[in-house]
Amino acid sequence: MRRPFVLRAALTVGLLGLLLVLEKVFPHLINQYAARLMILSGINIMLAVSLNLINGFTGQFSLGHAGFMAIGGYTSGYFAITAGPRVLSALGATPTDPGAGAALMLVLGLLIGGGAAALAGLLIGIPTLRLRGDYLAIATLGLGEIIRVVILNIEAVGGARGLNNIPSYTSFFWVYLMVALTIVVNWNLVRSRHGRALLAVREDEVAAESLGVPTTRYKVLAFTVGAAFAGMAGSLFAHYLRYLNTNSFSFLKSFEVVIMVVLGGMGSITGSVSAAILLTLLPEFLRPIKAYRMVIYALLLVLLMLLRPQGIFGAGEPNPRALLRRLWPRRAPAPGGGS
Amino acid sequence: MQEFLQQLVNGITWGSIYALIALGYTMVYGILRFINFAHGDVYMVGAYIAYYLVAAFGLSAGGGTPLAALLILLGAMLGAAGLGIIIEQAAYKPLRRQPRLTVLITAIGVSLLLENGGILVFGADPKFFPQILTSRSVRLPGGALTTSHQLLVLGGALVLMVALSLVVYKSRIGRAMRALSFNRDAANLMGIPTDRIITFTFALGSALAAAAGVLVALSTPRIDPLMGLLPGLKAFVAAVLGGIGNIPGAMLGGLVLGLAETLVSGYISSTYRDAIAFAVLIVILLVRPAGLLGRAVSEKV
Amino acid sequence: MPSLSRPRRLLCIPFALLLVLALAADCGKEGGRLKIGEYGSLTGDKATFGTSTHHGVEMALDEANAAGGVGGMPLTVIVEDDQGRPEEAATAVNKLIVQDRVLAVLGEVASSNSLAAAPICQEHKVPMITPSSTNPAVTEVGDYIFRICFIDPFQGTVMARFARESLAYTRVAVLRDVKSDYSVGLAGFFMAEFTRQGGTITGDESYQQGDVDFKAPLTALMAGKPEALYVPGYYTEVGLIARQARELGYTGPLLGGDGWDSPKLTEIAGGALDGSFLSNHYSVEDTSPVVQNFVSSYRLRYGEAPDAMAALGYDAMRLLVSCLKQLHTEDAEALAALAGGDAAAQGAARARLRTLIAATQGFPGVTGEITLDEARNARKPAVVLEVQGGQLRYRERIGG
Repeated sequence: MRRPFVLRAALTVGLLGLLLVLEKVFPHLINQYAARLMILSGINIMLAVSLNLINGFTGQFSLGHAGFMAIGGYTSGYFAITAGPRVLSALGATPTDPGAGAALMLVLGLLIGGGAAALAGLLIGIPTLRLRGDYLAIATLGLGEIIRVVILNIEAVGGARGLNNIPSYTSFFWVYLMVALTIVVNWNLVRSRHGRALLAVREDEVAAESLGVPTTRYKVLAFTVGAAFAGMAGSLFAHYLRYLNTNSFSFLKSFEVVIMVVLGGMGSITGSVSAAILLTLLPEFLRPIKAYRMVIYALLLVLLMLLRPQGIFGAGEPNPRALLRRLWPRRAPAPGGGS
Repeated sequence: MQEFLQQLVNGITWGSIYALIALGYTMVYGILRFINFAHGDVYMVGAYIAYYLVAAFGLSAGGGTPLAALLILLGAMLGAAGLGIIIEQAAYKPLRRQPRLTVLITAIGVSLLLENGGILVFGADPKFFPQILTSRSVRLPGGALTTSHQLLVLGGALVLMVALSLVVYKSRIGRAMRALSFNRDAANLMGIPTDRIITFTFALGSALAAAAGVLVALSTPRIDPLMGLLPGLKAFVAAVLGGIGNIPGAMLGGLVLGLAETLVSGYISSTYRDAIAFAVLIVILLVRPAGLLGRAVSEKV
Repeated sequence: MPSLSRPRRLLCIPFALLLVLALAADCGKEGGRLKIGEYGSLTGDKATFGTSTHHGVEMALDEANAAGGVGGMPLTVIVEDDQGRPEEAATAVNKLIVQDRVLAVLGEVASSNSLAAAPICQEHKVPMITPSSTNPAVTEVGDYIFRICFIDPFQGTVMARFARESLAYTRVAVLRDVKSDYSVGLAGFFMAEFTRQGGTITGDESYQQGDVDFKAPLTALMAGKPEALYVPGYYTEVGLIARQARELGYTGPLLGGDGWDSPKLTEIAGGALDGSFLSNHYSVEDTSPVVQNFVSSYRLRYGEAPDAMAALGYDAMRLLVSCLKQLHTEDAEALAALAGGDAAAQGAARARLRTLIAATQGFPGVTGEITLDEARNARKPAVVLEVQGGQLRYRERIGG
């Protein structure tokens, strides 16, 4: 029985409002360390889900996702540093005490970061269209690295030394909002007719093309949307860590996101979310054996491929009802009469 | 003019290193149609094996003879060949029937494993390879100055490439390798022991990568567990540039890339050095994916 | 038909998370210890910077605790490794401040790492003292950031003057590490002063930290026939650069800055750096009793002579301890708050600590007298050292 729309909307707004209140009015109630982990998890969720759109649903193996994140983070950070003071003073605030202006700045940053990254996704999507499988992977890897090296050489954003003193606008509330947005948009996209077209591209591109699916357009769409969300994740990252260095956006970062998507299951949004959270929290809990962390990661990946290449959730979303039915099967009435 | 000649020597030297590593990539791709991401890290392992061999023999700076150096080189090559075999048997062979994506991801995993395992075992701090052969300045015709080390690298790489060519084109096992790269199933049906040939190919490629690692360690004496990352990627680009699956292509690609990198680094800006490889990659993939010497393959429906 | 209400259900999760966040709020009441954070490059390319600094800090820590701590409370130093990477420095400092709740932070050596960490310290109003970062931008981040060493405008000038006046050179080429704020800044300051004094910069090339092959930029620089090469980078690359320069036939000296100072420098370079010069914070050969005491204690404990990073680490820690003692004298309750009070009291106490640090005048350090100016930097002279047979020999003292 579906609850009326109004009720659902009210519930949503109410919960978000509660979150906002908690953050603004009672900040000392929040455990900073837990908040930090959740913010980082949220950012990784956005990265994983957006990469899943490209890799999992459309079957385009992209190894350059960190590049989109970098573009989003750098443009957003640069905007905040250069144009920020002017925007804020128009509102009567200053960079050191932004007040409500912080929210505006973050929204602008997200739009700029996401937009710039989407543009990059568009530009990257088009030329790489002709490539398949391994070649596409390597090409996207190369493009991600080129993005990194180009940023490395732009003095205006700090060049090799990094972009510093980015204003801090990210908070758990915003990360949560963006994560919810990412999941909802991707979920709905995948379950729409556009999503079916993407799946067709993944399953058999030639067949899809010959059946009239404009594969080119959809591949570019996947790249653009995926890149946009990665860019927004980058923006949140920039305004959280307050310092950006191109070292954080190398192909190693791209690999990390790929591992999340693969672990969760390529084609499963729930999988991406779960794996992102797991792989953000795991290193923290493994801190005591920090030296072994990456080795365990790598081993995990290899074993995963050998034993369960489809990841945790495979290519679908878990269906709680089906799961429950399997655990507690209702016994069918005995044939004939009972005793 | 002198500067240009010097840069040329620099470029060709690095080019031959890329070529050595690229050969491994190209051979494996030719036979299995699979990019072995972990190959660059075998280069690193080779350098470390040599490092520990040097320590085991108690050699120090200037205390080695050419014979000792040769033995160390061979030792590293053998060790790396063994590693290549282990990796192939444990991680790639079980996945031979799986979609290519799965193996690709596995290769990434093996690469990360080697790198981080290296950090764990060897320590993240760079180590300094004792210069067991002292370097002397050598003046080339034209006024360019080079070192005996650079010439050693060049010479060594050349010898190895020639040896490889002999194996691939003149020996029985080489013929089997080439047969496999044309059509694996047909080769199998003709009685060629495909599994063994594949294993041999991995071993051979790994040995060459290790040799490159040792040669580099001798001349630029700093080794660290992540040293194989970039050279590995660049060597892959070199292989693609030359035509992946094509052995002379790998050598040519390596040389061209090494030269391009050095010339850009020397005359424009060295910060773009790493980007050159990737730019070349993109251009080649878009303009002529088959590479300089490769054959275009069309996709059958 | 998969229900579209699934994503709505996800929004119920924040409620659960809110509870988690609120309940997990800890009191952080751990009484009785004064916690100081230290972040540094304990592993990675520039590992000796972190380990040397840490040795110096450790020595000062043990001395302070042996003397009874401050206000009867022992001091502890919590160390985090940043692997020599700025993004890790930011994360490490974040953890020290947010999770470990340190009262002050010591670090780092490499300016890029300090620059990454400083905004975080400033934002949380935790005093940060960098022992050896020389790039001016570090203290410009905010009034909670201090340094006890000289800055690069001064250091670059020192070397320029040395090259121009003492060595009488007119043609120098520059090779800088483009990944390091320190290197780029220092190169700039050197070039400005050198040309101001009438010298010519014959070439300006760059490399990246982590590179192993410098023949391409070196070859390009050699074409300009310089009398000296200014290489204001870190010891790992400088050692290799020196080697390769010699291999390419270059016979002139190399000049550099305090980034060269490491026990590993000559191990990497072999003999290639003999006859080269660097500007530094102190010399092991300084005959003053303060220095010699320090050198012999350090030697006894760690088996090697202390480099500038160790000396500066030692001074930084001692300065901090001295300020803490001052705080105790002025207001014992404030000091107690630092060890385990509520957030408001801690913040107030840290603000007072900050004021005390800023007022440092004439503090007797191993690396010289430390007086902090309004920009929170120290005004100290520099020494020029010459590399000879594996040792750094004192050559002359400039400025102050």
